[in-house]
Amino acid sequence: MKKLGLLLVILSGALLLYATVDFPLWGDPSSPASLHVSPRYIEKTMEETSVPNIVTAVLADYRGFDTMFETTVIFGAGVVCFLLLRVLGGEEGDHYYRHLPTGVTIHVKGAKGKSLSGEFERIDMLWTPYDLVIKTACRIMIPFIQIYALYVIAHGHHSPGGGFQGGVILGASVILLAISQNLRTALRRIGEKTVGILCAIGVFIYAGTGALCLALGRNFLDYAALASVLGTDPVTARSHGILIVETGVGIAVMATMIWIYNNVSSAGRYDEGL
Amino acid sequence: MSHHFPALLVIAPLLSAFFISGAGWLNRRFCLPLAVASLGVAGLSALSLFWRVVQQGPVLYRLGGWDPPWGIAYAVDFLNAPVLVLICIVALLNLWASHRQVEEQFKEKTGAFYTLYVLMVTGLLGITVTGDAFNLYVLLEIASLSGYGLIAMGEDRAPLATLNYVYMGTIGACFYLLGIGYLYIVTGSLNMADIARILPGLYENKAVLTALIICLVGLWLKMAFFPLHVWLPNAYTFAPVPSAALIAPLMTKVMVYVMIRLMLTVFTPGYVFSTLGINDAVVWFAVIAIVMGAILALGQRDLKKMISYIIVAEVGYMVGGAWLGNRAGMTGAILHIINDALMTLCLFLAVAAITYRMKSYTFSSLKGLIRKMPFTMGAFILGGLSIIGVPPTCGFFSKWYLITGALQAGHYGFMAALLFSSLVNVVLFFRIIEIGFFEPFNEGHGHGEHGPEPMNEAPLSILVPLWIVALGLVVVGVYTSEIITHVLQFAIPKAIL
Amino acid sequence: MSGIVATIIAKYNYWIYICLMMIGLYAMITKRNLIKKIVGMNIFQTAIILFYVSIGAKRGGTIPIIEHAHGGQSHAVEAVHYINPLPHVLMLTAIVVAVATLGVALALAIRIYNRYRTLEEDEILSRIRGS
Repeated sequence: MKKLGLLLVILSGALLLYATVDFPLWGDPSSPASLHVSPRYIEKTMEETSVPNIVTAVLADYRGFDTMFETTVIFGAGVVCFLLLRVLGGEEGDHYYRHLPTGVTIHVKGAKGKSLSGEFERIDMLWTPYDLVIKTACRIMIPFIQIYALYVIAHGHHSPGGGFQGGVILGASVILLAISQNLRTALRRIGEKTVGILCAIGVFIYAGTGALCLALGRNFLDYAALASVLGTDPVTARSHGILIVETGVGIAVMATMIWIYNNVSSAGRYDEGL
Repeated sequence: MSHHFPALLVIAPLLSAFFISGAGWLNRRFCLPLAVASLGVAGLSALSLFWRVVQQGPVLYRLGGWDPPWGIAYAVDFLNAPVLVLICIVALLNLWASHRQVEEQFKEKTGAFYTLYVLMVTGLLGITVTGDAFNLYVLLEIASLSGYGLIAMGEDRAPLATLNYVYMGTIGACFYLLGIGYLYIVTGSLNMADIARILPGLYENKAVLTALIICLVGLWLKMAFFPLHVWLPNAYTFAPVPSAALIAPLMTKVMVYVMIRLMLTVFTPGYVFSTLGINDAVVWFAVIAIVMGAILALGQRDLKKMISYIIVAEVGYMVGGAWLGNRAGMTGAILHIINDALMTLCLFLAVAAITYRMKSYTFSSLKGLIRKMPFTMGAFILGGLSIIGVPPTCGFFSKWYLITGALQAGHYGFMAALLFSSLVNVVLFFRIIEIGFFEPFNEGHGHGEHGPEPMNEAPLSILVPLWIVALGLVVVGVYTSEIITHVLQFAIPKAIL
Repeated sequence: MSGIVATIIAKYNYWIYICLMMIGLYAMITKRNLIKKIVGMNIFQTAIILFYVSIGAKRGGTIPIIEHAHGGQSHAVEAVHYINPLPHVLMLTAIVVAVATLGVALALAIRIYNRYRTLEEDEILSRIRGS
């Protein structure tokens, strides 16, 4: 198997190398890729969409249809992880609780149906140490991370950034909460149902904007149709349309990241993660 | 509104996926009606597009209002219009047949299942309708990802089989993406028609040749062409029946469509058949695929695995036919996409009915089944006859065109392989008839009473769609010549004689 | 000989991408541990990202964000001054797809681990045969 694998790899590598002979030189400004389609994006973006960040303009407008499906891919991955892993039904097994005033940890066997409350706090089986420094440090960081994420989404027109990047950062902030405290705390902030519905809503904002354009008489995802709704000229409407769909992307990506993390880290039981 | 049908075709199932997902959390009763409604809208759009293409010729839709090389365009022509209709019909019929099993099997997760089901159909429709090479990759990933989810919910070994499918499928999709990158680096374009316009000046370029080869290898992985088929039998066997009956008829066939699309529209027949001169080699690969698929099918002891290996052989038919390089072979290959999808659906729906009653699909559970489930087995046998290629079922006609193509090309190996596989199919299906008719019903299973078994048919919600498909096999067979003269002959460029 | 070296140096990033890709492919073909295969799959996908981004490079070009766009003076934007944005857009999509595939593959690995208590392919297969 190893020899056969090596042979296959060398053969396909040789085939790929063979083709590089006829590639244009690296960084050549007169290569076909730089001359055929892309110059129009660079030269016309400002007058056609009023977005200085060309990548954002191409991503969400010229090839916005790709991006809609890209968001759908993420949404689909979230649904697949849920479908595969989520264990619905009561949780069983042993639990650890900490008595808050004294810091004593107790071990409850067969805790199904029972739960201690009041002065007791449930803790993860594999994560018994109580670390004030980590909790506090993360608590301070999380709001700043979230504000930065919103900046990345909102400023995607002018600087590197946009819905995907901002959404991932937003999702990371919630995942950080889940890691520094525990999964149950994160779930109390943003529950399973909320995540699942937000995920669908995010992508729906994208596809719905496209469908709105269609309903207003232009082609699907032709944001210029939004001009009459937004009360602007068609070019600015494109810029605003991009912002709307980027927001949708941000929501969808954030929710899906959290959803996948919740399912994968707790193997679908939603009680104890990592 | 009729102007927007190409968009509506993909958008209706896509939007409904989000609603179904939401309904899965809030009120599960709405999931099925939403799925049916959206697939119905897609089906109507596909039908009216088909009609418009037949009446007025190809349709182009510019998404986002941008002109093709810069924006993404949808192009409906004589080649993909029938495939679109086919996808919608298969998806709807299977949904009708399997909704009862889905609700029993998935319970709280019904919403997630239907979401993925609809997403998978979205992906397949998008792959078929798109005129942009990169857009095709994105949609391919949607179809594959939702397919992984649908397959992995099956029996005990399903996750392992699916993980193997994920590995192979990812390599396949990445190879396709890489091939598109190689085309992009030498042409600077991603639009299929635009690439085809630029390519003639670059036929000597090594990157174009490599692009063709890696695209083909990627697609062959995805369509389970013989040495690359190892993921398919386990994945389809262990998948839950409702998913298998959607994925098995459509996924491989749509991949064959993509291959033909690349050959005819992107690389153009002149390059693929004349400049390269690799058709003979590919047809010989197809011969091996057919023979090996048939032999492996002979060795199986359960229905689903047997059908899976038959699919491997059928993929060989289509690849071989497409690469024969003449009109008859190409017609046969395209016709076989439609026919094979219907035949596979027919067989899998019959398997669904059998598993619904017997809770098993091994050969031993088929004993006495023709008396017990006569309608199911009748449809199954009709599907089998079509796979064997008995007139007037549709399987006969596509095989006829393939054999004619092989004769015209002087490729007797391919002809022999087709005849051999037909012979093996005869053995396969007559063995099942023998088990079902002559062997007595399993004693341990029944109540020990002798004499004829009481009839215990599958519910009508499975039987009706099953018989629609089974009769569809005959109807498509009878109308083959109309399909070819009005649609398929325009799909094949005049350059192919 | 110097000709070959010159070609390699002129297109060295294509060579690097092919090496990376083949490392990933080799891991996927030969490794028997399911997680190692997933890692190989990720290397494989990352190599393609390197390839596409290399296409976009343009000597003397800057990042594709137009400066002073909404400022008063309008100056002509020329394509040679900015690198090709299209491959970057495409790779954003590919990254997202890679993440999604990774999530699904990990979920499957967890399912397999829960069932067989191992991720070594050989042990899983022997367990399937044994049962």
